[in-house]
Amino acid sequence: MSQLKKIQYNCKKATFLIEKKMLSRITFREHIELRIHLMGCSVCRVYGKQSRIINDMVRQLFKSSMPGEAKLDESFKKELQERIEIELNKN
Amino acid sequence: MSAESNQLDPHTWVKSHADYLYAYTIKRISDEEQAKDLVQETFLAALEKVDRFEGKSSERTWLTAILKNKIIDVYRKKSSGLRKDVQAAEHEQEDFFDHDDGHWRSAYAPQAFGIEDVDHLGNKEFNNILQMCLQKLPALWMAIFTMKHMDDADTTLICSELKVTPSNFWVIIHRTKLNLRACLQRNWE
Repeated sequence: MSQLKKIQYNCKKATFLIEKKMLSRITFREHIELRIHLMGCSVCRVYGKQSRIINDMVRQLFKSSMPGEAKLDESFKKELQERIEIELNKN
Repeated sequence: MSAESNQLDPHTWVKSHADYLYAYTIKRISDEEQAKDLVQETFLAALEKVDRFEGKSSERTWLTAILKNKIIDVYRKKSSGLRKDVQAAEHEQEDFFDHDDGHWRSAYAPQAFGIEDVDHLGNKEFNNILQMCLQKLPALWMAIFTMKHMDDADTTLICSELKVTPSNFWVIIHRTKLNLRACLQRNWE
C-alpha cells in the first residue's frame, strides 16, 4: 500500500494528527495527509468536531467557578485558620 | 478585596481563599481528603515563604502557584510505579480501530451524540458526566491531560515533570481523548 493510501484509510493515525494539531504543530506533509483523510472520512470529521468541543468544555470546566462548587466545611476551615495563627505566633 | 491587592494577610487566608483553593484542587485531584491536605499544606508552605513574596502577583495567584506545584507532586507520585491503570485503559481502546488497517471499527466509530450542535458550555449535567469520565482516566493520563488543557503547561515541562518522552506525550494525549470521547458518548444521550 502506498503511503497515501495508508493514511487515507488509517483513522488511528488521522485522529492522532487531529489531537496533535489542536495543541501543537504538525508537519506540512502531515497536514496534507490529514486533509486528504478527512475529505474521505466522515467518521473522523465527527471525531474532530467532537474533540474540539470536548477541549473547550474541559477548559471551561476547569476555569469557571460555578455556584454549588465543592466547598470546605466550616469546622475544617476554623481549625485551619487556628493552625495558621499558631504558626504566625511562633515568630 | 484582599484577592485584588498585592499584600499578604495570613489572618484572612482561610476566609478569602480556602474554598477557592479547595475547588481548584478537587477538579484536578478527585480525592476529598487529599484535596483538604493539599490546601492545608499550601497555607503552611506559604507561611514559610511570606518573606519572599514580592507583591508582583495577587495573594490568590501566589497561593495558587504554590498549590499547583503540590498538585504536580501528587501527579508525579500517583503516576509512577506499576501503571496498571494505564494497561486497563489501553485495553479499553484496543478494539476501537481495526488492527490491520487502522480504520474505526463500526461498533466504536464516533457518532453525533448531541454535543455537536448545542452549546453545552457550563451545562451542569454535562459537566458532571465530563468529570466522571475524567476521573476514570489512568493517573498518568489524567495528569498529562490536566496539565496541558487546564493549566496550559508547556509540553517540555510536562514531559520532564512526569518523566515521559515527547513522542509518548502525544500518544497519551491521543489515547486520553479516545477514551474520554467514548465515555462521553456512552453516558450522554
